[in-house]
Amino acid sequence: MLALVSPALLVILLLIVLPVGWLAWQSIYHDGFTLENYRRVFTEDIYWRSFALTFEISLAVTLIALLLGYPVAYLANSVPKGWSILILSLVVLPFWTSVLVRAYAWLALLQRTGVINQLLRYLDVTSEPLALVHNTFGTVVATVHILLPFMVLPLYATMQKIPNDLMQAGASLGASPSLTFVRVFLPLSLPGVLAGCTMVFVLCLGFYITPELLGGGRTVMVSMLVSRNVELYNQFGAASAVAVVLLASVLLIFAVVSRFISLDRILGQK
Amino acid sequence: MTTKRDFGFGYALLGGSLGLFATTGIAAAAEQITFVSQGGAYQQAQTVAILDPSAKKLGITINQDSIPDAWPAIKTQVGSGKPIWDVVDTPTGYCLRGGEQGLIEKLDFSKIPNAAAMPEAYRNPYSVSYEFYSSVLAYSQKTFPKDAPNSWVDFWDVKKFPGRRALRNHPIATLEAALMADGVAPDKLYPLDVDRAFKKLEEIKPNITVWWTSGAQSAQLLNDGEVDMEMAWNGRVSAVAKEGAKVAFTYNQGILQSTSLCILKGAPNLETAVKFLNEAIDPVHQANLPLNIDYGPGNPKAFDTGVIKPERAAQLPSEPANAAKQALMSYAWWSSPAGEAAEKRWASFMQK
Repeated sequence: MLALVSPALLVILLLIVLPVGWLAWQSIYHDGFTLENYRRVFTEDIYWRSFALTFEISLAVTLIALLLGYPVAYLANSVPKGWSILILSLVVLPFWTSVLVRAYAWLALLQRTGVINQLLRYLDVTSEPLALVHNTFGTVVATVHILLPFMVLPLYATMQKIPNDLMQAGASLGASPSLTFVRVFLPLSLPGVLAGCTMVFVLCLGFYITPELLGGGRTVMVSMLVSRNVELYNQFGAASAVAVVLLASVLLIFAVVSRFISLDRILGQK
Repeated sequence: MTTKRDFGFGYALLGGSLGLFATTGIAAAAEQITFVSQGGAYQQAQTVAILDPSAKKLGITINQDSIPDAWPAIKTQVGSGKPIWDVVDTPTGYCLRGGEQGLIEKLDFSKIPNAAAMPEAYRNPYSVSYEFYSSVLAYSQKTFPKDAPNSWVDFWDVKKFPGRRALRNHPIATLEAALMADGVAPDKLYPLDVDRAFKKLEEIKPNITVWWTSGAQSAQLLNDGEVDMEMAWNGRVSAVAKEGAKVAFTYNQGILQSTSLCILKGAPNLETAVKFLNEAIDPVHQANLPLNIDYGPGNPKAFDTGVIKPERAAQLPSEPANAAKQALMSYAWWSSPAGEAAEKRWASFMQK
């Protein structure tokens, strides 16, 4: 068994553990031990603002993705197999397009001369083009689009395991469909909700291309500080410290969530 | 410091490993160097105008590598003690900063006569100007068919010139523009009055729709009519105009910037690298560069060779008459502690 697993473990060691360790080391060692990089992260307010904004955006994206994703997963779960495959393929399809291309597609839709603004003006809904992009709004819209599958898939997997008999039992006892949903289905789907939300939230924390392209320069998320710090301080340590703090917050989130739901449920979607 | 194309530094590591393959894959010729630039149409133009002719004349092999942002790779390569690259074409500020940090060789100008003949503002102890570009005021001719904005004072005047605006999300050249908008003459900018510049920027900030981060983005904004005027690099604007968009720019109060050639500390082929560096800034090779791309020669003597026709010269950022209208960027100032502090201040300005 160990012989079979060892190549995989070696790859993980070489490609994940060592680089991350090196990253952490650089953040505290530069011609001697130093906590200067961390002092900066914890005392200068640009870092606080960026972390706060990143968490706000991630929270908004997660909630919107949940509101949009839950009905989709529910529908996919309740229709015949052929239809559910179609729905899930539509959810997964955008995965085959690069994040960069999708960000530009949103630009074409949302900008001043974009499709949506043109349409609104044609229909006489607005007289001036709306500022839909180059701000936090545009960033959130595109990020929701990119992360939606990470919400739908765990939700669908959880819903699949809820036995249909339970719903029928509820109905036979006289409950209306909405009451069976609220009292039986919804509580049983909560592990999926938690799994999906954790995935989306954590992935969103590290988003880089989308805010960079659609944020108009004002939406400075943490990942952007990482790249900016390499340029600004001429050493990887300054950027590593930001990355380490971000990584630590992700691990903290997983630690908290794992008290409520087993981790392989989120990661392996069992 | 400033790069014409901005990507993540993941590319740096990728570029580094590609370089490794490039140099090990080629059998040892008599003399060879590895030359690195930013790739794309720009490097293609250099190959035709400068690299191939130089290789032929010197009888050496020039292995090429390209990377959008060389700085992290320079640090990594020199830091490892065994650099693979010899000569790098990168924004002048990096050469200077690299020199100060011991990552770049100090040049012996007695071995580089072509550089010794150049004006002092075009070289420093670690590098020589290779090509020029300019951060100019570009505008839509649809919005401004006549009476177009012609200076940074106009750009700041939102009453006289209403419209959406974009600036680069970077202090370099932007602070210079702000000071010119506040009435500072282009040749009296340095040392920059950073407080005054940021104060002036606060004034225009509510009217800036986009703070762009990459050259491609600035081109897209202008091309799609997303903004009516912006600061952009001259080559990007002329490319958009060539595609048929109704856009134009002025060199008036442009900020003249350069990339320079420098040699990595401990470069594997130091002697050949110095020979190449001298050849690459030869006035005739340099004059051939703008025939292939919209960048100006780094060596001003190129304009005396007769290779560049007057009508072509008039379009180039470093042509003497155009250069006279612009501010020549002081990379020495930007590399100084005051410059670095100004760069750090930018992030908090953007977030407020």
